[in-house]
Amino acid sequence: MDYFKEFFKGVWQKNPILVLGIGMCPTLAVTTSASNAIWMATATTFVLLGSNILVSTIRTIVPSHVRIPIFITIIASFVIIVELTLKAFQPDVYKALGIFIPLIVVNCIILGRAEEFASKNSVVHSILDALGMGVGFGLTLFILATAREILGANKFFGYTLIPGMKPAILMILAPGAFFTLGLLLWAMNVIKSRKARFKRTE
Amino acid sequence: MEIKILFTILISTIFINNYVLSRILGICPYLGVSKKLDSAVGMGLAVIFVMTMASFFTFIIYKFVLIPFHIEYLRTIAFIIVIASLVQLVEMVIEKISPALYQALGIFLPLITTNCAVLGVAVLNIDSGFITQEFGLLNSVVQGFGAGVGFTLALLLMAGIRERLEIAMVPENLKGLPITFITAGLMAMAFLGFSGMKIF
Repeated sequence: MDYFKEFFKGVWQKNPILVLGIGMCPTLAVTTSASNAIWMATATTFVLLGSNILVSTIRTIVPSHVRIPIFITIIASFVIIVELTLKAFQPDVYKALGIFIPLIVVNCIILGRAEEFASKNSVVHSILDALGMGVGFGLTLFILATAREILGANKFFGYTLIPGMKPAILMILAPGAFFTLGLLLWAMNVIKSRKARFKRTE
Repeated sequence: MEIKILFTILISTIFINNYVLSRILGICPYLGVSKKLDSAVGMGLAVIFVMTMASFFTFIIYKFVLIPFHIEYLRTIAFIIVIASLVQLVEMVIEKISPALYQALGIFLPLITTNCAVLGVAVLNIDSGFITQEFGLLNSVVQGFGAGVGFTLALLLMAGIRERLEIAMVPENLKGLPITFITAGLMAMAFLGFSGMKIF
């Protein structure tokens, strides 16, 4: 039960994007299509998992005043693994995500989880935390990307939905990203306040 | 001729490809520090400085260390270490010169390290092929400076709007981040107007 909680908190209660509000750059920039979002989420989850495992393994021997450089070096190594793997096996994905692959290094989610969770908890807990955060991140990305791809390109996973319809290109450009995330956060707030009101009346 | 190119790079990084509103880089500090105008000014200046310096040093390291040793694939690690040490330097300088500003910037000063715009400009300098050009170093420094100015411009505009939003009647559920994102979207739409601009 405890393990389940550790996993699930990243998906909903402490969702990195919708609740903690971190890791916004890749969220906004790569959600132009659903497949991009899934690749980005996979890559980030891999790095998150790797760094969480390694950081929690060495957490007792790392001197606290040099921990940040050590964490960043660990994260950067995993990012290079992802970068080279994608370049070799999925060159199209590598091209589509472009600069945002090396930028996984500076995704606040990964350093944030290493600092806040993995450096204080056991390996098993850190793995579950990483997976939960990854899934929460991925789900949010997928929702955003689906909305933007359908509205902005009239496509879903690259397949045209309604032939002949002109899409609202704005949604696939930068403003669409901001609008979609703003509306998603608004919806999240509405759900939260409804829940709170429901509890009060009970 | 060279001046023309530099001017083009400068204008396009500030307005046409604004790092925040068009390339969507550096959103975390953009949202975090834009609550007050004074701290936005400090953050903006720190970012301009770090970006310009980072462009300079990362370019030199890529050209004279990574390429001769054929370890270009290590650029992510090399760049992030350069940026982290630069940020440490800026932090120490600001702490000595202006403790008030240091207090105001708080957690976001060390977070410049994880500001994707800084690493972004370093990586983009390499990706845009400056490395083989004659004046590549100058070009990349100008691109770094322009990116910093563009970031500061977006940050200041946002801080001004958010100070007004504090006293505006915003629906309860839209308060905070949601309305900020929608505002940012409107600003991005305005900056989209630059995208058709031809300089020369």
